[in-house]
Order: sequence, then structure tokens, then C-alpha cells
Amino acid sequence: MIPARFDYVAPTSVEEALQALAEHGDEAKILAGGQSLLPVLRMRLNAPEWVIDLGKIDALRGIRDDGDAIVIGALTTHHDVMHDALVEEHALLIKKAATEVADAQVRHRGTFGGALAHADPAGDLGAPALALGAEFVIAGSGGTRTVGADDFFVDLFETAIGEDEILTEVRIPKHTGWGAHYAKFVRVAHQWPIVAVAATVKADGGTISEARVGLTNMGSTPLRARGVEEALAGATASEDGVREAAAKAADGTNPPSDLNGSAEYRRHLATVLTRRAVAAAAGG
Amino acid sequence: MTKISVRVDQENVTDDVEPRMLLVQYLREKLGKTGTVIGCDTSNCGACTVHLNGRSVKSCNVLAVQADGGVVDTIERLADDDGTLHPVQVAFRECHGLQCGFCTPGMIMQSVDLLNENPDPTEEEVRLGLEGNLCRCTGYHNIVKSVLYAAELNKRGANA
Ligand SMILES: Cc1cc2nc3c(=O)[nH]c(=O)nc-3n(C[C@H](O)[C@H](O)[C@H](O)COP(=O)(O)OP(=O)(O)OC[C@H]3O[C@@H](n4cnc5c(N)ncnc54)[C@H](O)[C@@H]3O)c2cc1C
Ligand code: FES
Ligand code: FES
Repeated sequence: MIPARFDYVAPTSVEEALQALAEHGDEAKILAGGQSLLPVLRMRLNAPEWVIDLGKIDALRGIRDDGDAIVIGALTTHHDVMHDALVEEHALLIKKAATEVADAQVRHRGTFGGALAHADPAGDLGAPALALGAEFVIAGSGGTRTVGADDFFVDLFETAIGEDEILTEVRIPKHTGWGAHYAKFVRVAHQWPIVAVAATVKADGGTISEARVGLTNMGSTPLRARGVEEALAGATASEDGVREAAAKAADGTNPPSDLNGSAEYRRHLATVLTRRAVAAAAGG
Repeated sequence: MTKISVRVDQENVTDDVEPRMLLVQYLREKLGKTGTVIGCDTSNCGACTVHLNGRSVKSCNVLAVQADGGVVDTIERLADDDGTLHPVQVAFRECHGLQCGFCTPGMIMQSVDLLNENPDPTEEEVRLGLEGNLCRCTGYHNIVKSVLYAAELNKRGANA
């Protein structure tokens, strides 16, 4: 199927894009890589009157070093994130998760900002962004504001980005030297995760000193497994050493039940994947 | 209608298109390039894979207007004008990398992208690199063999 008719603009600056949004407001949809939006339009699950294509705003692309953080432009593709030296050095968890998104073709088009703005609870980038304490820079007609990861994800497919706003970049505090692993459980290749666990840890001489753990598809938003994080401090960097802490992974979660598995099954998966992800991140 | 200028298979084209027109539709219906095929409605199968600005994309999941100012390469320009096949095409023929052939244009375009990025892949890397391309016939074994053989042919070509 093809999308229903819409009018189209491709602004070349954020200001122009905001203007177009202000004009067409709730009848408009922003287009980034299109890898989530175009399937939705083709299925006619949504039929906006206007599509505002950010693709020509070069200022939104690229990754830069900003002191204690790296800054990823919203339009940077998954492929470019995966292969970026700054990401590898300071936010290895993001690299690991981006590598697991979809397939090569989709990663060539899909964008970091688009995936986070889309806020699919099964999306692979929300949990790592949350775990690393990302900050989301959002531009609107009144200027720019920054929203912390804990406040960005509001509900299923809903974020703190307002209807007349654009996500411009994401700041990821540096976690230089931290090990990382993204454990994604799928039945067939290039699928969305049934459950996934994003873990990054600081380990010294076989002992974990600090850990961050994010959960994918264990509720309507990505979740942070704070109980696990606390219990991991001082744990031995091995699957056995982290077993007790990982057992808390499903605490306070509210996973869906669907054709891929019951909520109970997902709770079990979360503990197993947390154990594996943390041990792998710690090099144990 | 929106005006677009694109370089497709080494020729510059300018057209007025409906913004909702998919790149694959543009290639097939406006330019008559039916070498690129449509295999699904969900952007899962990869049959429609072409290169946009040098990288593989699913042309059913890109609007023609998004290709404006860009370069598109399809399966139709892979062989030389005199009919000499591209090494990946040779390899698919040699290794029986196709049966019905419907997935083949996409498989080949994705394999070319894969080998551009990683000229000497392992079998595992080939399987992962082709995860966005589905084949209902071959069971994939001979496709993987074809890509590994193409890498071999490329190496031989480079050393010749
Ligand atoms: C076959 C297939 C498999 C996939 N598998 C996975 C997978 O395994 N894991 C995974 O995580 N994802 C997967 N995806 C989705 C992919 O990651 C998308 O790239 C991503 O979700 C959306 O990014 P985009 O740039 O394409 O955004 P678009 O599709 O262009 O936009 C998505 C939504 O976000 C909004 N938006 C985009 N950018 C901004 C912005 N800067 N500011 C405000 N709003 C914005 C749009 O209005 C739209 O509502 C898959 C997609 C396909 C087609
Ligand atoms: S037709 Fe494009 S992915 Fe199937
Ligand atoms: S050869 Fe028939 S689908 Fe692949």
C-alpha cells in the first residue's frame, strides 16, 4: 500500500522546520529517516495532512565531543552511530544497542533521534539512553529546553516532545572505560526484542564498582533497573557473582502479554538476560 | 507535486512527483526500472533494496522526494554496458544463489553493499549482513556461499 495524500515541505534549518510546525500544528508529522513513520503511513494507520521532512537539515547530523558528554545529532543514522569512535570510547552501550537495531538497510536510513522520538516500548535505543542518563535537547518556538531521561519517556509512543517541538540532539554523559553489553532476545533475525537488557558497568580487578541497567519492552516505556544497579555494587564480575542482583530485574516492571510471550515469561527473561548482559559487560 | 532531481543509474533525471510516491514506485512506474521488485508491504523482505548515496536502503521505505539531490543505483546498472556481469552476479550464478529469483535483485544489491564495507567477511558476518533480506526458496546456504565466493572473486580481481 502507499500512503494517503499529504503535502510536503523539506526545510533546511530548524527555525524553518519550527515555523512549518507552528503553521500546520496537529495536522503535521515530522519525517526523519522514515523507517517507522513510512510503514505507519503505508498501512494508513495515520494520515497527516502535512509531512515536514527534516532530511535536509544538515546541522542535525553528526556526533561531537562536549567535555563531559558526547552529543549525538537527532538525524545521525544508526549506521553512523555504530561506527563512531566517540560513541565507542565514551558510550559503548549505545554502540552495542545500535548494532542490534533492525537490519543494515534500515540502519542506513533510521535515525537516533527518530527512534527515541518514536518511543516504541520495544525500540532498542530507549533503554541504553535511559541507563546512561541521556539528556534530550528539544527546540520549540520559545527556544530550547533540555529534558532528562527520567522525564523524557512518558508512555507508549509518547515522549516529552510537544506537538510543535523538535528533538535536535541527545547528550550522553561520558562513561569512558565502562564495559557494555546489550542482550536482545528475538525469535527470528532483524526483529524487535521480546525483551532486551542494556547493561554497562565499571569493573576494577574482577569487581563491579558501578552499574547501569536499562530494560526494553518490560513496560510502556524503557525502564531503569535501579534495584539491580544498587545490588551490583561490589559484586564479582561473573554470571554467578551477579545472579542475586539480576534476580531483582523484574521488580516494579509491568511487561505486556502478547503472542511472543506472557508477562510472566518476560519477567523470567529479564532476570536471565540481566545476568548475561551484566556478566558480559563486566567481561566475566 | 514536488520537483525532484536525482541521478539514477548514472543518468540525471528531473521529475514532478506526488510527495507520497515511494522510491520503488518511482523507479518502476516512472522510470520503467522493473529490475527492482516489491516483495512485501511491511519493509521486511529486502527485495526492493537499492543504493541511495552509496548505501543500501529498502526503496519501499523511502519516499521519492527523500532521494531529491541524491544518487540512486539499482540492479539494472550493475552489469557493464557490454553485458559483463558484476562479480556478485557471477557468484550468484556459479553458486546457485537463486531459485525463483524474486529475492535476487535485493540480495545482490545488499551483498554489494556488504562487500563494499567488509571486503573479506566471515560466514557469520554474511548471514548478519543479509538479515534484512528474505528468501523463500534457497534456504540461504547458497546465497551465503555466493557472497563468500564473490569476495574471493574480488580479491582475485584485485590481484590480477
Ligand atoms: C523492518 C524494520 C525493522 C526494525 N527493527 C527495529 C528493531 O529491531 N529495533 C528498533 O529499535 N527499531 C527497529 N526499527 C525502527 C527503526 O529503528 C527506526 O529507524 C526508528 O524507530 C525511527 O527512526 P526514523 O529516523 O526512521 O524516524 P521516522 O520514522 O522518520 O519517525 C518516527 C517518529 O518520530 C518522530 N520524529 C522523528 N524525528 C523526530 C525529531 N527529531 N523530533 C521530533 N519528532 C521526531 C516522527 O514524527 C515519527 O512520529 C525497524 C524498522 C523497520 C522498517
Ligand atoms: S518490498 Fe521493500 S522490504 Fe519488502
Ligand atoms: S530465490 Fe526465490 S525467494 Fe529467493
